[in-house]
Amino acid sequence: MLPDFVAAAVNGSDRTFSLYVHVPFCSSRCGYCDFNTYISPDLGPGASHESYADSAIKELEFAADAMEKSGVAAKPLHSVFFGGGTPTLLQATDLTRILQRAEQLFGIEDAAEITTEANPDSLSLDAVQRLADGGFNRISMGMQSSVSHVLQVLERTHNPDNVEIAAGWIRDSGLEMSLDLIFGTPGESIADWKRSLDAVLTLEPDHVSAYGLIVEDGTKLAAQIRRGVYPNTDPDDQADKYLLTERRLAAAGYRWYEISNWAYDPHDEGIHQSQHNLAYWRDQDWWGIGPGAHSHMAGLRWWNAKHPAAYASRVLANKSPAIGHEIPDSDARLLEKIMLGVRLAEGLDIEELAAQNKEAAALVQREAKVLGAQELIESSALENGKIVPTLKGRLLDDAITRRLAGF
Amino acid sequence: MSPVASNPPQPGSTHSSVIRNFCIVAHIDHGKSTLADRMLQSTKVVTPREMQNQFLDNMDIERERGITIKSQAVRMPWQVGNEDYILNMIDTPGHVDFAYEVSRSLAACEGAILLVDAAQGIEAQTLANLYMAMEHDLEIIPVLNKIDLPAAEPERYALEISNLIGIDPDDVLKVSGKTGEGVEELLDRVVRDVPAPSGDAEAPARAMIFDSIYDTYRGVITYVRMVDGKLEPRQGIQMMATGSTYELQESGIYSPDAIPSKGLGVGEVGYLITGVKDVAESKVGDTVTSKKQPAEAPIGGYREPQPMVFSGLYPIDGSDYPALREALEKLQLNDAALSYEPETSVALGFGFRVGFLGLLHLEIVRERLEREYNLDLISTAPNVIYNVTTEDGTVVRVTNPSEFPEGKITEVDEPMAMATVIVPSEFIGSVMELSQNKRGQLSGMDYLSEERVEIRYWIPLAEIVFDYFDLLKSRTKGYASLNWHRDGSQIADLVKVDILLQGDAVDAFSAITHRDHAYSYGVKMTSKLKELIPRQQFEVPIQAAIGSRIIARENIRAIRKDVLSKCYGGDISRKRKLLEKQKEGKKRMKMVGTVEVPQEAFIAALSTDTDT
Repeated sequence: MLPDFVAAAVNGSDRTFSLYVHVPFCSSRCGYCDFNTYISPDLGPGASHESYADSAIKELEFAADAMEKSGVAAKPLHSVFFGGGTPTLLQATDLTRILQRAEQLFGIEDAAEITTEANPDSLSLDAVQRLADGGFNRISMGMQSSVSHVLQVLERTHNPDNVEIAAGWIRDSGLEMSLDLIFGTPGESIADWKRSLDAVLTLEPDHVSAYGLIVEDGTKLAAQIRRGVYPNTDPDDQADKYLLTERRLAAAGYRWYEISNWAYDPHDEGIHQSQHNLAYWRDQDWWGIGPGAHSHMAGLRWWNAKHPAAYASRVLANKSPAIGHEIPDSDARLLEKIMLGVRLAEGLDIEELAAQNKEAAALVQREAKVLGAQELIESSALENGKIVPTLKGRLLDDAITRRLAGF
Repeated sequence: MSPVASNPPQPGSTHSSVIRNFCIVAHIDHGKSTLADRMLQSTKVVTPREMQNQFLDNMDIERERGITIKSQAVRMPWQVGNEDYILNMIDTPGHVDFAYEVSRSLAACEGAILLVDAAQGIEAQTLANLYMAMEHDLEIIPVLNKIDLPAAEPERYALEISNLIGIDPDDVLKVSGKTGEGVEELLDRVVRDVPAPSGDAEAPARAMIFDSIYDTYRGVITYVRMVDGKLEPRQGIQMMATGSTYELQESGIYSPDAIPSKGLGVGEVGYLITGVKDVAESKVGDTVTSKKQPAEAPIGGYREPQPMVFSGLYPIDGSDYPALREALEKLQLNDAALSYEPETSVALGFGFRVGFLGLLHLEIVRERLEREYNLDLISTAPNVIYNVTTEDGTVVRVTNPSEFPEGKITEVDEPMAMATVIVPSEFIGSVMELSQNKRGQLSGMDYLSEERVEIRYWIPLAEIVFDYFDLLKSRTKGYASLNWHRDGSQIADLVKVDILLQGDAVDAFSAITHRDHAYSYGVKMTSKLKELIPRQQFEVPIQAAIGSRIIARENIRAIRKDVLSKCYGGDISRKRKLLEKQKEGKKRMKMVGTVEVPQEAFIAALSTDTDT
């Protein structure tokens, strides 16, 4: 059961409802990765490549039931995103089966964006077509880099040539294509990164995500850096590469709409932006299906059991797979709002913030003047009541957040 | 036959002819506490079962560091022939910072056991205390300890000792505190060789205070040695230096627990309780006399405690300032040598300038403040007292770099010390190089034996206080031992080096140093701070300057990337919590002008490192 305030906040509001489905399998583990994913194809009942879809469907049914019992009115899905792991390690029919069940339970908006992540090596023309036929309209492919020594450090096993082939299949099947990239990997030169960007542009994706590599604690890469196998990442190098990315992508008609995300939108029509990711950043509602998945509804956040076997045993027993939750207090909600808003090209809406907390909005208004003078935020947007980081500000976005939040 | 006294004389009615007052002079780790424990056991003052290991050191910090800070005295009965004797063992602080306290403990004795580790030989501090004991005309009983150790070389070190004090090497006793071997012979020897106290039982009472401690329940407990006459409970007493008078509530001895007595007679050692709440009212070295029938003159040698090293102590959390003041007040109850006054630092806020007897004293006080009073502190670099004469002839006493006068200075007078270093002869070169580098002047060198040398340097106290001992230890593989005492002053070419962040001097980092060392201090501090201060949104120049002249410079480049690239569903709570953590961390930042400096940077920059 969801707390009463959820139904009160969701029903009759214009909050959108999205679905995330986590697929916790990979064929090998990348050295930098700290996601909840497993190499073994069979982790127990309901947690194998073959049986996982049934577990996910079980949770979907549980979700629909819980919402109904809690008085949360059903809304058609605004977006659906299959992430991982490597969702395409499952049969395409398994993915479409999950999607169809979700549609039966919740409905799907007409223009909904329906994405799956894919590894170039785990795609086939057949699979892409099945996905297209089964309702998917977007594939986000983990390309990371086009330079083999960089892929080696990341321990990405895919053959760079396969990216181009897979991109062709995606195009030919009429799907939108997004490419995921990582810059700032140890040993990657500026020239290497330029090569990767060039390779991306020849593939003409609709959308590009490019992240500065974060070395997470506990990963193999972190240990390698600690032992001196690789040099640590250099924030200045990442800054240089970020600026390069912006320059190259902008020149090719891509527009940033979030710190690490660009949409192909040469005429500024607001197209090709990931609706699913925007839902996260706009503080909308979503249900996260699968082990370790996080959900959010009207300020309530919860997360599922992390291990697929633990997760599956719960859903198969008709129990909630959630193992933890939090209801951030008003200060925390405020911080979230600021933190998410200032990452976006559409910006943080001061008026909206004022509705949440008048004093906080007044503080933001005051601090914005300083940030404007420092050229960290756009003065023109500020005149319209929005906080939008400048290019310089995008690289110092956390500093902007801290300042606006008063610390 | 048991040598333990069967019917020992009682406190207050013990004839001075059967009293033997002695102390043990030893280096840290040479086994003084273990030997003392053995003596307590041999004299049946404690049973093995009661034995709390190392009975005499009763503070945690002392036990951890193996240093005796506060002395105590234990009364032990012992029989030689058919005669019952009373042995009073007075414990002495082992560290150079407490030289005055040592001298008062020695003054309470007629004999001293010179205890030397049979595997290591005599060390500088022991030597200094030995010389002090000899100046007090104490009978010296040389003893080699730890003869059970495989590495023990008793013959070799007996020779070293015999050279030092001019006795036959065969007269050096050989004992093992660990096995108990030789301990009873040693007790017999104390009875035989240490003279009985000579005092006038009929004269007006005079008792010398050799220690006083604060007890939460009893107030101040004053340790005394009766020199003349007798003191009894309920009589009026007077402290001769302070002039204050009290009623004596209780007298007694320790054996090993406190045992109240009907009084203390001439030659005896024991304690007095007067209800005083502050050890400053009961000063080490002062003379206690009768109020009704006061003595004409006090016992000589009394001195006010003189702090030699100063350091600013600041609470990391500014709201702890009142708690720090309260803690210092409480510590002072038990430590008459501790002095402090409020001071304000632009960078560190409100704190205290605290005076200490030496570096160890500083460390102990700091540690007690942190441990017993749960305070997080920053201490500024230790400072000695300079007398600075300005152009107009005014002399300014400087205990803090911020007091260093601006403008033209005629001369700076700095305190000097005589340092004694004992090292294996192979390290002579290293010691001389270091000491000269630290502006020391060689004043003498003596071979204690073929392998070991005593080197004496006249050296600025500031250098000793700064890092001389740390460097000495690291350059001699830990073999060097150091002792020093204040010895005059000299005019030196000293300057104040300021450290500037974005053009603003940070008072906490200023230092007074010799002109020749100013540059290296400047370079060291600026490069250290460059590592310690996180990059800011703007470039931050760090400069070292003498007056307006810049002598070193580093730059902290502006931060260019301060953003987490990823922020999806599950990352939102995580990222928010990270920001909340940064918000907490921000409280530990000090703003210096517009520059955020983490507390850790202050702590790390102000701590002396030994790796240079």
